[in-house]
Amino acid sequence: MQNETDKGLTAKSLHSDPISWVEKYADYLYGFAMSRLRDEDVAKDLVQDTFLAGLQRLNRFEGNSEEKTWLTAILKNKIADFYRKRSAINLKAVGIEDERQDFFDAESGHWTEKDYPRAFGLEVDNPLMMKELGNILNECLAKLPGLWFSVFSMKHMDDLASELICTELKLTAANFWVIMHRTKLNLRACLQKNWN
Amino acid sequence: MTSALKNIIYNCRQATFLIEKRIAGKITAAETLQLHVHLAGCSVCKIYQQQSILINKVFVGFGNADFKLDEAFKKTLTEKIEKEINKN
Repeated sequence: MQNETDKGLTAKSLHSDPISWVEKYADYLYGFAMSRLRDEDVAKDLVQDTFLAGLQRLNRFEGNSEEKTWLTAILKNKIADFYRKRSAINLKAVGIEDERQDFFDAESGHWTEKDYPRAFGLEVDNPLMMKELGNILNECLAKLPGLWFSVFSMKHMDDLASELICTELKLTAANFWVIMHRTKLNLRACLQKNWN
Repeated sequence: MTSALKNIIYNCRQATFLIEKRIAGKITAAETLQLHVHLAGCSVCKIYQQQSILINKVFVGFGNADFKLDEAFKKTLTEKIEKEINKN
């Protein structure tokens, strides 16, 4: 490892060694991006953008934090930008005010019979089963409107405060909770449909 | 019985809304009571609640390590970085 680091002579005085970035951090950053975006092409783009942005700011990196932490912070900003753009595109298309009687009877608020949640019949301590469920969940996530995915992901992946997500994505608190509710209803229905 | 309580006993839409709000944020004491009463009598929403929590677990638990870049992409990326460095 030390030999690898020594190759980056140009950057040595700058507390960082970009030559070794890909080898050291590319998989980690890609995993970080994928777990938040679930889109290979976008994740690859953002990893590349992160490295290039890092290069440009190299002289400002003072070695106060770990290189990995520093690059991850850049990536986080890129992901937030991506969410913002994606939600702007979809904001009009989703029609979140349109809470129709999907899943529920319009008057009583009862589950409509065809939409009754039924037990998945899975063993939560069976890793293979859980992995399979994860794969199906991924496919279901891909079908969500971009804004919904962004809201859901920011909330659960990054554990952000709801207020912060509302500010970032320009949502009211009421809209935020409608989206959280609709997202989960749709994800659950999609899992039920595709499981078994 | 208050009307809010009466409303929720049969209202699964409202109950599932409160379930989500409780999982991802917080609900008031009154809402907690309403939800409690609803869930006591609604097995379908109980299943919903279990599955909703499970979905969050699976979503968050999909570890970063499960994703790896292909070598071809890494090679291109390294070359791009080298090119950028040599520019300066």
